[in-house]
Amino acid sequence: MPNVILDFEKPLLELENRIAELKQYAGEKGIDLEAEINILENRLRDLKKEIYENLTPWQRTQLARHPERPNALDYFKLLFTDFLPLCGDRCCGDDPALVGGIARFEGVPVTVIGHMKGHNTKENLARNFGMPNPEGFRKALRLAQQAEKFGRSVISLIDTPGAYSGAGAEERGQAWAIASNLFAFSRLKTPIIVIITGEGGSGGALALGVGDVLLMLENAIFSVISPEGCAAILWKDAQRAPEAASVLKLTASELLSLGLIDGVIPEPLGGAHRDPEGTADNIRAEIRRRLQELRQIDAEQLVAARWGRLRRIGCF
Amino acid sequence: MLKDLFRKQKRYITVRPGTVPEREEEKEPLWIKCPGCGEILYVRELEKGLKVCSKCRYHFRLSAPERIAATVDDNTFQELDGDLQAVDPLSFPGYRSKLSSAEQETGMRDAILTGQGTIDGRSVLIGALEPNFVMGSMGCIVGEKITRLIERAIENKLPVILFSASGGARMQEGVFSLMQMAKTSAAIARLHEAGILYVSVLTDPTTGGVLASFAALGDIILAEPGALIGFAGRRVTEQTLKEKLPPDFQTAEFCFNHGLIDLIVPRNEMRQILAQILSLHSERG
Repeated sequence: MPNVILDFEKPLLELENRIAELKQYAGEKGIDLEAEINILENRLRDLKKEIYENLTPWQRTQLARHPERPNALDYFKLLFTDFLPLCGDRCCGDDPALVGGIARFEGVPVTVIGHMKGHNTKENLARNFGMPNPEGFRKALRLAQQAEKFGRSVISLIDTPGAYSGAGAEERGQAWAIASNLFAFSRLKTPIIVIITGEGGSGGALALGVGDVLLMLENAIFSVISPEGCAAILWKDAQRAPEAASVLKLTASELLSLGLIDGVIPEPLGGAHRDPEGTADNIRAEIRRRLQELRQIDAEQLVAARWGRLRRIGCF
Repeated sequence: MLKDLFRKQKRYITVRPGTVPEREEEKEPLWIKCPGCGEILYVRELEKGLKVCSKCRYHFRLSAPERIAATVDDNTFQELDGDLQAVDPLSFPGYRSKLSSAEQETGMRDAILTGQGTIDGRSVLIGALEPNFVMGSMGCIVGEKITRLIERAIENKLPVILFSASGGARMQEGVFSLMQMAKTSAAIARLHEAGILYVSVLTDPTTGGVLASFAALGDIILAEPGALIGFAGRRVTEQTLKEKLPPDFQTAEFCFNHGLIDLIVPRNEMRQILAQILSLHSERG
């Protein structure tokens, strides 16, 4: 059971607690309550299905931001072997909000990059809540160019509220760093698989988002602005974020039907944080399939197809 | 001569019939207060001087047609893709009415004017964002028109000049607008591979997703004095930092001092500098 329970999960928690109580009571008193427990467990299963299969966009936003949701380093550990972290932008620093390096995927060397959030306040402070400075984006670009040189595919994991909006970030050219990534990733002569695992927040997400396939986990979100920001602009009231989440069309299934992403990776019932291994299994299967396809395509064709995908977006 | 330039050229800009009714002009105030120095300026005089305050050199914003008129040679501008109309791909609440009032206000169909013209006799593909159309924000049509302009540049081996004036990506088109950042940047990467010149001119304001895509990718980046240029809104940054920022934060001068742009060019010298850049790129070294 996760430590952080979201509002819409509370009925589940109550039921789970009652089942636990009954079990304990039955054990202590030596009474047979199996029939009652079975009924409650069936109800729990049904309720879980009902809740998680009918999530609103706002509820998915909450899941996407869940502090216990697996982060980039968790996934690196679950999906790859021999991970070697590589650091620094060769200019002014290393950004802890963006991690990357070389690893093996089912034996084959790949370059991995991703936004890095923490699971608690302390970790988040150290990771700047997954909001990169320009150094982070420049590191990602450096690693991707290195991947191209050595013929490695790039696996990019997106999970960020957005690029950091500090004074230093502006001084060191935040916008320039993001633009350079969009520019360079679009022409990189090696396969790039992008997976939005949590929050895909605006330009800071997109800076790791140009590739040959763009996938999203079932409960991930991808948006031009946060629901809070959108609500503040539309209705001068950030409290109306749940409504804004609906109008922004930020969920994986909505974006798939709009043709903006290439696929949705299912999460185990209850979300990725309740079953990181199960989630990683689903991601692994998808990476395997996509890499197999992409590795057969000649580099020139790959880049041409990547351009073709972007070119079509927004033509009606 | 420069003084006459602006008014003279105004005649050659395509203004759709009915968009600028005569009586509107009569309603326009004769005097305007300069936000820079507080001086009361005669509007006619201000327009003659390319909308730069004669006292403190404050640069008023230019509409996209005014910008094109102030840049290209007389009688040479031909609009491209003028028929493309703003779209509402998400059926976003209130967006359609916002678009129609923006259309009425500016006489434009979305926030950019693109076309071909000459500067000092040299052909260029040129675009200017319209700051008064939904804050000059980039949605599908802005992204598409920029992309088409760049494709034409690659095809015809002509240099590209883009004037930015924008609040960023257009929220009402969601991820469609976000992806225009990737689309325009990728188009510029292709232009780059084709070895074609791209000059980006940042004017007040150039922020958010527009700055973080095509606007930041010029071979040469120019900016007008005093222009607001930055990624995150100043208020957002102030909230993040919980402290007041220096007065020049996110201005053209701030960007220049941090090595992010090549030159700050006053409006009355812009045409001449662009002509010089085009000339210097007209032959291989």
